[in-house]
Amino acid sequence: MAEVLVLVDHVDGEVKKVTTELLTAARRIGEPSAVWVGDGAEEGAARLAEFGAAKVYVAPAELNDYVVAPTAELLAKLAQESSAAAVLVSATAANKEIAGRLAVKLGSGVLTDVVALDVDDSGPVAEHSVFGGSVVTHARVRTGVPVIAVRPNSIAAAPAETPGEAAREAVTVELSDAAKAARVVERVQQEQGERPELAEAAIVVSGGRGVGSEDFSVVENLADSLGAAVGASRAAVDSGWYPNQFQVGQTGKTVSPQLYIALGISGAIQHRAGMQTSNNIVAVNKDPEAPIFELSDFGVIGDLHKVAPQLTDEINRRK
Amino acid sequence: MNIVVLVKQVPDTATERKLRPEDHTLDRAASDGVINELDEYAIEEALLLKEKHGGEVTVLSMGPDQATDSIRKALSMGADKAVHLNDDALHGSDALQTAYALSKALGTLEFDVVVLGSESTDARTGIVGAALAEYLGLPQLTLAGKVDIDGGSIRIQRQADYGYDVVEAELPAVVSVVEKINEPRYPSFKLIMAAKKKPVQKLTLADVGIEVPGDPADAEVGLAAAATEVVDAAAAPPRAAGTIVKDEGEGGLKVAEFLSAKKFI
Ligand SMILES: Cc1cc2nc3c(=O)[nH]c(=O)nc-3n(C[C@H](O)[C@H](O)[C@H](O)COP(=O)(O)OP(=O)(O)OC[C@H]3O[C@@H](n4cnc5c(N)ncnc54)[C@H](O)[C@@H]3O)c2cc1C
Ligand SMILES: Cc1cc2nc3c(=O)[nH]c(=O)nc-3n(C[C@H](O)[C@H](O)[C@H](O)COP(=O)(O)OP(=O)(O)OC[C@H]3O[C@@H](n4cnc5c(N)ncnc54)[C@H](O)[C@@H]3O)c2cc1C
Repeated sequence: MAEVLVLVDHVDGEVKKVTTELLTAARRIGEPSAVWVGDGAEEGAARLAEFGAAKVYVAPAELNDYVVAPTAELLAKLAQESSAAAVLVSATAANKEIAGRLAVKLGSGVLTDVVALDVDDSGPVAEHSVFGGSVVTHARVRTGVPVIAVRPNSIAAAPAETPGEAAREAVTVELSDAAKAARVVERVQQEQGERPELAEAAIVVSGGRGVGSEDFSVVENLADSLGAAVGASRAAVDSGWYPNQFQVGQTGKTVSPQLYIALGISGAIQHRAGMQTSNNIVAVNKDPEAPIFELSDFGVIGDLHKVAPQLTDEINRRK
Repeated sequence: MNIVVLVKQVPDTATERKLRPEDHTLDRAASDGVINELDEYAIEEALLLKEKHGGEVTVLSMGPDQATDSIRKALSMGADKAVHLNDDALHGSDALQTAYALSKALGTLEFDVVVLGSESTDARTGIVGAALAEYLGLPQLTLAGKVDIDGGSIRIQRQADYGYDVVEAELPAVVSVVEKINEPRYPSFKLIMAAKKKPVQKLTLADVGIEVPGDPADAEVGLAAAATEVVDAAAAPPRAAGTIVKDEGEGGLKVAEFLSAKKFI
């Protein structure tokens, strides 16, 4: 069976959930081979095996000393050597860039931000949710090795019936000068806290202008009771109430969690573009006409400063 | 310093956006065209670089005739001149073909920095900057939240989930910007008037060295030659109507019941 390359997302040896989703999707196309850049592959291999990785290509951490291009060169080399049937990456900003450069190198087409992936006789068929979720399209790659970036939380991860061997194989690539042109000279970690990462989280609780001040604790407390990530509308970010990297929407992050709770968010089309594919949507808003209610599975017309704390207390009480 | 800023005209996100049923490409007649929002940030950054280091800002846009409106708007923000790549054979180009065509157009210009948005609001692939760097063989300084140029060197803060990376390179380079980088200016009346007289150079594919063969499938750009293909498009099925309740003192408890029924708590 043809190999399907899956670029692994990992932190400190721990495989991210989206990678298990990609391996699950890769099994529909062929035999998954994981591609691990950096340290920690020994710890991560068991998890990759569970989701069907037959091989784990392990490349040195030095690839990450430069922006994106080295990983694209590595994947291009592996895809050519293994005659891969497809290359899958998660649809994060950086991985989409890798996908773009890789597709140029392979002379292939690239599909980004895919929300569902099927396979028919002619290969992978990708579903997109476009224009703020109002239109659904299906697309395919007609030339070259399909390069596909899949949105986290779009595919239900399932362990393989027979686990893969996850045989580790050290690989490297002779980097071109062009790939070394943009040098990472420092990595700055900003306060992250204990909360799950926004794009990966199963539950997201977001606050908007209705929160009313930079005191976001009403949102954070509810999020923490659910083990959720915190998000924010652009109005809240622009007001300086919550940091930029938590913005959900058109020009922020796209999330697709099992549960999205919107507190004091009106539901503008640009906000919806970032959360419309969430499985369950709950909204609290004092305006019965707020468009967010049009897509809510459950909505409360009321003051979020009353409703959210009551909900938080009730969740904590039931624990 | 010569700065080229890439500007894409996109349908206004506030209007109902559509694809054309016949070929699943953007229906430009259905909505008003506006400058892609992040490109306004790119223009602002280009103008700030010019104010600091001198030189000239050139707008480069690829698109049909109506893209002229967005080009004028970019000029009215303060850019000096514009280049408009406009050719029917470009219709339906995918993201990589777009990056390729832009790279060829850039080949006709002199520049130290190319500034662009990190993502468009219509197609949202977010790959044009990376693909452009690949085609041009130039350093990729994308997702920049801050840009500093010192002589022939450039340094940016590249936004990441964990914070940011500091990235350095030598010029010329490709820089894409994120929203937090600056606050775009409003065109003044004086600049709007002045913009009407600023030069806009029209380029066809032949002008940038891209051949248009008899069979469109053999071309390097355009729908028939694209490596990707949209096979169908349909309005998203409406979400089933949810339960909406008014808070009469128990709103939080009611949400808890809903979450419990769905096994979230
Ligand atoms: C090109 C473009 C890109 C954009 N990108 C994004 C993006 O990425 N993300 C994004 O979010 N927006 C984006 N926007 C902005 C978007 O159009 C809206 O302006 C924004 O989403 C509004 O945020 P909001 O819902 O928090 O605020 P508002 O629209 O002001 O809504 C606040 C809501 O809170 C309710 N409220 C007030 N007080 C309370 C209370 N005490 N209890 C309960 N409810 C209360 C109000 O009834 C109202 O519905 C973009 C806009 C453009 C033009
Ligand atoms: C709904 C939809 C989905 C699509 N999905 C895909 C897909 O999965 N794969 C694919 O290959 N193509 C896809 N396309 C086609 C692709 O979007 C277009 O080719 C587009 O011109 C370039 O992609 P982008 O807008 O996503 O670029 P992005 O990479 O998101 O744009 C980044 C920046 O590039 C610059 N830029 C982009 N286009 C131009 C231009 N014409 N002129 C000047 N500057 C420009 C702007 O500064 C912009 O901010 C899709 C198109 C639509 C309408």
